[in-house]
Amino acid sequence: MSRVGWIRIAVLVIAIGLLELCCRVGLIDHRVVIPPSQMADALVRLLISGQANDQIVRTFGIVVVAALISVVAGFALGVVIHTLPRVRQTLDPFFATYYAVPIFIFYPVMIVIFGLSVIPIVLMGVATAIVAMIIATLNGLDRVPRVLSKVARVHRMGTIATALLLKLPAAAPHLFTGGKLAVSYAFIGVIASEFILAPAGLGRVISDAYTDFNNRQMYALMLLLIIVATVVNMLLHVVDQRWAERRGIAKL
Amino acid sequence: MTATKRATDTLIMLIALLLAWQALHQVVGATAFPGPVPTLAYLAKLVPSERFAENAWATLVCFFYALMLSYGIGLAIGVWMGIHRMSGAVGEPILISLYTLPKVTLYPVVLLIFGLSLSGRVTFGAMHGVLPVALLTMTAIRNIPPVYLKSARTLQLSRWQTILTLLFPATLPEVIAGLRIGFSLTLLGVLLAEMFAAKHGLGFLIINAMQLMQAEEMVTIAVVLFGFAAFANAMLLWIEHQLHPRV
Repeated sequence: MSRVGWIRIAVLVIAIGLLELCCRVGLIDHRVVIPPSQMADALVRLLISGQANDQIVRTFGIVVVAALISVVAGFALGVVIHTLPRVRQTLDPFFATYYAVPIFIFYPVMIVIFGLSVIPIVLMGVATAIVAMIIATLNGLDRVPRVLSKVARVHRMGTIATALLLKLPAAAPHLFTGGKLAVSYAFIGVIASEFILAPAGLGRVISDAYTDFNNRQMYALMLLLIIVATVVNMLLHVVDQRWAERRGIAKL
Repeated sequence: MTATKRATDTLIMLIALLLAWQALHQVVGATAFPGPVPTLAYLAKLVPSERFAENAWATLVCFFYALMLSYGIGLAIGVWMGIHRMSGAVGEPILISLYTLPKVTLYPVVLLIFGLSLSGRVTFGAMHGVLPVALLTMTAIRNIPPVYLKSARTLQLSRWQTILTLLFPATLPEVIAGLRIGFSLTLLGVLLAEMFAAKHGLGFLIINAMQLMQAEEMVTIAVVLFGFAAFANAMLLWIEHQLHPRV
């Protein structure tokens, strides 16, 4: 590993160590933050006991479903919008504003319409994620080099063959970036919805644990969410960087 | 010409949104989701009321403090990590992974530290806004063409002259972009905090209206916030566009 990488690990280890020390010495009240070692211990025990398994499966399942819907529908919408330049022009101000508006203010509206069930949560996950995928699809299709369509014509390829063999691979890096964003946004959308109001799920359990002053449970599940989100995002980030490098080479 | 065209597009977009809203209302029914006309009527009644003024003011105060914290801390971290390459290289991945983390997970910790207070909501809002400001400021400084710094040395500019006449204008457009994203995310953070646990503010009013099944009030406040966020974003985007040609 590079020197920078080692320093980064050292910084993180020192930060966690300091937190542990402050908690142990009593600088930080254990009713506020429990030592990181206890968080890890509580998480391991919780996972072994299997008490929270239902909630874990439920929440991550919803995230996966929301991300899948966003990627598939976002890609399809992106392709359709790309073929209609006039529609796209009209939608541009909408896309430019979308992520500036706190769409969570519509979550209560969804609850009133669909009831307190899994549907509003999935919808919030999709609502936060899908536009990133649409924008990435439009970007990707914009950047398909002109020469590729000429190649297709030279080889007398049909529309479908052109789309599958040339345009899709050429746009793939952008699509992947869109997918990456869709996953992390779906994560945020689902967890935040569960926190505000939900019949079940990790967000709900953490918020219940907070109300019950059950700090061990709260910090254990928080740690789980942070680890899963960080690992998934990091993996996607690394793959995304690889694709970006390849995209750089492909330009030559 | 382009300005009129853009205005027309925005107008068409608004009309389409209103039509979609009306259509959804027809499908779902008036008790769950009031249409645009009753909402506007309610809006005219709600906005002058004292209850709205009080809560909007509470949200605004909280948002203002959170924004100042986001900008102050974000710019400080961004400048430091942009100038000091080593800290930038070490810290960037950490900042990126914090940026993609669902920060709402950490709200109970903020609550345990600060209690159900203004400072808790301000901190939570600032947690959302700091990261984009820091990340974009850092890249802005890193992307300064080296030739600018060389010419500063050739002209024997003092440190402050370099900062004021060179670094500041060169980084401004990207920094403004960071401030714009920071603005939206801080607003999101403050509203999430109010929705999760608060006794004041527009976020609280929405949740309260939902529990009382007052669909009109809920939708109206959502529309007010939507309008505020969209307008602020358009203004900041406009400033950004004004700055870009200079670079």
